[in-house]
Amino acid sequence: MKALVWHGKEDIRCDTVSDPGIEHPRDAIIKVSSCAICGSDLHLFHNLIPGAMLPGDILGHESMGEVVEVGDEAKSALKKGDRVVIPFTIVCGECEQCRRGNFSVCETTNRKKGLADKMFGHSTAGLFGYTHLTGGYAGSQAEYLRVPFADATHIKVPDGIPDEKLLFLSDILPTGWQAAVQCDIEPDDMVAIWGAGPVGQMAIRSALLLGAQDVVAIDCLPERLSMAAAAGAITIDFTSESVVERLNELTGGKGPQKCIDAIGTESHVGLSQPDTLLDRAKQMTLMANDRAHALREMIYACRPAGIISIVGVYTGLIDKVPMGQAMNKGLTFRMAQAHVPRWTGDLLRRIEEGQIDPSFVITHTADLAQGPEMYRKFRDKADSCIKVVLKP
Amino acid sequence: MATLANITHKVARSPGDPKVQAAGVSSLDGWDRLAKGLGWLSFGLGAAELIAPGKIARSLGLDGRKGLIRAYGAREMAAGVPTLSFDKQVGLSARIAGDALDLATLAPALRRDNPKRRNAMIATAAVAAVTALDIAAFAGVLSTRRRTGQPRDYGDRSGLPKGVEGSRGIARRDFETPPDMRAEPASMPPSRNGGTGDRAGRTAPEAMGTA
Repeated sequence: MKALVWHGKEDIRCDTVSDPGIEHPRDAIIKVSSCAICGSDLHLFHNLIPGAMLPGDILGHESMGEVVEVGDEAKSALKKGDRVVIPFTIVCGECEQCRRGNFSVCETTNRKKGLADKMFGHSTAGLFGYTHLTGGYAGSQAEYLRVPFADATHIKVPDGIPDEKLLFLSDILPTGWQAAVQCDIEPDDMVAIWGAGPVGQMAIRSALLLGAQDVVAIDCLPERLSMAAAAGAITIDFTSESVVERLNELTGGKGPQKCIDAIGTESHVGLSQPDTLLDRAKQMTLMANDRAHALREMIYACRPAGIISIVGVYTGLIDKVPMGQAMNKGLTFRMAQAHVPRWTGDLLRRIEEGQIDPSFVITHTADLAQGPEMYRKFRDKADSCIKVVLKP
Repeated sequence: MATLANITHKVARSPGDPKVQAAGVSSLDGWDRLAKGLGWLSFGLGAAELIAPGKIARSLGLDGRKGLIRAYGAREMAAGVPTLSFDKQVGLSARIAGDALDLATLAPALRRDNPKRRNAMIATAAVAAVTALDIAAFAGVLSTRRRTGQPRDYGDRSGLPKGVEGSRGIARRDFETPPDMRAEPASMPPSRNGGTGDRAGRTAPEAMGTA
């Protein structure tokens, strides 16, 4: 089959690879009908976690398709021909964390638990196509995908709704939704969202659906800000105005009650923000993993006793986070990789009822074979690229 | 690279995981590869200048410039880091500035009375050639990484079939924040602001027993 394979930093190829097969009775194989490139795939493209990806790893964790093979122990939940969206988190559905709804920290599915225990203290869930720290599972930017623990790791979806409306149940829609839920939004809240990429866009819509009085989107790309404004967000272009001053102006000097980090490790680097230059230099020399400008800014801007909800992916060590500000202001931090299955039943219903149509975010659709080129386009934000869907 | 992929397959994957059979076209283009080569050249040259600055100085007729050449070695290494990173243009621009310094340093060695003039001429020609490659790589990387086209206006993509105002708060009708994600302490209203109370209907002073 064809698949997008990581060969090294910035080196992704559409290779011919052997087909996956059933390895365990709980497995299923799906024929991928649509998959997408995620912003967090760019962290791997840039090799920001050196050593965690190995040449030959297949990328991708946002996918859907048709079940073509089912292991004996998954047959109670799946059958050939089922149409499914595959969550990026691999879940067993049985461990204590899964039973609590903390699916992204499933205790069972990371097949490289020993490595993850050493790195994180305790292992998190296995993920598709996302480093050997999360199991080293083959990703879904491919024609076929082996789904481990398939009886629990799937979202059955009905026929008659196009892939484009359903695909993002795999990641960015529940991630944006969880970002907003973690804020516990009240009707008089202002929710400020750093980053208007695909997850930020979903967080904007989620915050609105959950009743925020005002949603503010912070970014520097005009196309992203126009998409944010389409959902009623107040927009701040941080290259042309001070984020903190504008937020204070909008809140009578008090700051937003709720702040969402939809950026994570790769904050924009610019001369107007000197800390970002230092962060980039440290990242290059392996003295730190993450560029934390947005996180620093939201800690500063957030209203005392407010909430900071982090869903942007961080990869490791982070420098100069103002914990003094955070502690003295009594901020609450909530963060996690999305517990996808916790939200997808509810979100699927909202899609079916026409409350949200996630396909708005797709700006580019291409064949899987064009994947390497689309990675470049997505990285460069060329041609106003916000979200790429690939068709195997 | 396909061979390396198959070596790592043996080390890190289970037997059933897909294995590379034929590698496709890379996302790296020619400019990326040239920049990568120049980055490694920075490290190689930098290491030589750091390890044997005296030998290099003598071979060029630049006796007494040992310290300067060692400093240039450190500069080369520092330029190599960003040249090998995904911010290649930063490293390449540092390299071009370094090339200018190298040429300026070599210029006095080209004087006719320098017994090592021939070596200095070869070194100058090499630096000039590398400068041309640096400039070409810099221009190439810049041109291929440019944001192309005018920014599009996605102002018609709300993703909210019921419209913005028709959608605001629609999920509150049937969604309740799970207990583990609630913000009780911060959301509890003060006593005199007309708030509706916490989830038990109490104001903050009531909940604290100070009402």
